[in-house]
Amino acid sequence: MTRRSLAMLPRRLLQAVPVVFLATFLVFGLLKLLPGDIAVTLAGENATEARIAEIRSLYGLDQPFLVQYAQWLWNALHGDLARSLLSGEKVAETIARCYPNTLLIVGLAIVISVVVAVPLGILAATRPGSRLDGAVMTLASVGVALPNFWLAMLLVSLLALDLGLFPATGFVSPFRDVGQALWHAVLPALALAASGIAEVARQLRSALVEVLSSQHVRTLVAKGLRPSSILWKHGLRNVGVTMLTVVSLLVNRTLAATVVVEAVFAIPGMGGAIVNAAIQRDFPVVQGVVLAMVVTVIIVNLATDLLYGVLDPRINRA
Amino acid sequence: MSDVLSLPSRAPVRYRVVEWLRRDPRAALSVAVLACVIAVSVLAPWIAPYPPTAQDVRNMLAEPSAAHWLGTDDLGRDVLSRLIHGASASVYAAFLAVGVSIVLGVPVGLLAGFKGGWVDDVISRGIDTLLSFPAIVLAIAVTGAMGIGLTNAMISVGIVFSPQLARLVRARTLVVRQELYVDAARCFGASTWRILTRHVLPNAVQPVIVQVALLLATALLAEASLSFLGLGIQPPDASWGAMLARAYLYMEIAPEQMVPPGLAILVTALAFNTLGESLRMALDPTLKGR
Repeated sequence: MTRRSLAMLPRRLLQAVPVVFLATFLVFGLLKLLPGDIAVTLAGENATEARIAEIRSLYGLDQPFLVQYAQWLWNALHGDLARSLLSGEKVAETIARCYPNTLLIVGLAIVISVVVAVPLGILAATRPGSRLDGAVMTLASVGVALPNFWLAMLLVSLLALDLGLFPATGFVSPFRDVGQALWHAVLPALALAASGIAEVARQLRSALVEVLSSQHVRTLVAKGLRPSSILWKHGLRNVGVTMLTVVSLLVNRTLAATVVVEAVFAIPGMGGAIVNAAIQRDFPVVQGVVLAMVVTVIIVNLATDLLYGVLDPRINRA
Repeated sequence: MSDVLSLPSRAPVRYRVVEWLRRDPRAALSVAVLACVIAVSVLAPWIAPYPPTAQDVRNMLAEPSAAHWLGTDDLGRDVLSRLIHGASASVYAAFLAVGVSIVLGVPVGLLAGFKGGWVDDVISRGIDTLLSFPAIVLAIAVTGAMGIGLTNAMISVGIVFSPQLARLVRARTLVVRQELYVDAARCFGASTWRILTRHVLPNAVQPVIVQVALLLATALLAEASLSFLGLGIQPPDASWGAMLARAYLYMEIAPEQMVPPGLAILVTALAFNTLGESLRMALDPTLKGR
């Protein structure tokens, strides 16, 4: 990292603070959308008025909204996200248990997306209008419109159940056995990567076509530079910033998509946690999962911002 | 591609649309596919061979036959009939979600772009923050808070998508409000409301149309996801996502069950996306050949 980007770090961190703050406010506000009284739900059936009142004061539900929010935020900052209303497990522990599994799949999916999409995008962009270009773009359109959990089901059916190449469902924690964990993560990651590949290939192609048809590249051609050196030295360097944006958006999208794909593979990740919690109205878990994911996205956005400065020195001078 | 839609022309819109579709076969094909899907979803009760929930317990997971063109599901219900009725639910869901995000997103974006200053700052921060949430995850959380069911789920999806439209409209409004004709209208004493509705909105609407087509595809996929997870449509009603959820349970013994609903989602989403891309080309001639 250059010295200039390091100097930007405190300012960028400071700019991220209001976003995190607003995000926590929205996450907490979700609970208040709930029609009906949460204390009544918590007290269970046939609860007396006294019991309901007791629960209300126990959970601080008799306090004003902003006081409740401040209390919740203070606890959250200390790593205390309350307990699940159903299992009684600490939400922070649920997240610590589930998130590594989700992050493994998401990470693997993003690596696959980039590794597959970059060559495809370059091939298409250097031959615009060719049959290969058309094929890549058609595949990309299909990839974007493909329901990822359907693809997951097809992969399980073909590669796991019929051919027995991969385990069909289940998951091994990366902390127990890294090899097995990766092995179980391949199919879910492939299912998630389809739309990622499509998105990255499409964006890379369109950015690269634009750069390669620009005036300065025409000058380089006229100067007699080899096409490969034009592509690597001038083309790809100029699309670096665009690609960074695309990949950082991909983190957000893949985190969302994994929720559904995890269900297909019965993976004990954040998806299973939030879906069960949402159906059973276990709000501390819902809030905790959403908070963990949005903080992840904000951190990725921050890292992306800092990397912009490294890839394109003009940005920090502005 | 054609730029007939964007040309300053005196020709009636109907003529220009026909001309555009004639020159852009992909757009024509997607319009045809979407017209079929929408026609099927509206006419579902009349064209489906069986009621969608009629069970035939002696005839479960049957192969396709003359009586059941696409076979039957795990409760002996006709797959074709459920696919047709599922189209109604899925199309309703997609339009509901996108409708909600238009109603929420467009006015907020107009306000931020036109007012500027601290109003814009506050709204833009809010939009940025909302866009940091993974969309489906936030939709699941909001659905949980409002109560599960197709309508609530799709309102949640609409809420979650609305910042995308708001950001687009804001950016467009910032450009349009600098135009001379807006100044001219203000000089003539037009009210803010009139300037917004008569001058700014019509000129900011083009990218919104494109985005709406693309959002319809995303909303369709979101409906499938949420119904698959059990947060959307509830049994015994059919939607394409709910059909995939049933097919998932019987994947080992009847893998062919997952094909019809999955293909239906894929083809419809592909048609919305293709239409969106074609519209983008047609409305913005600077993108020609890209």
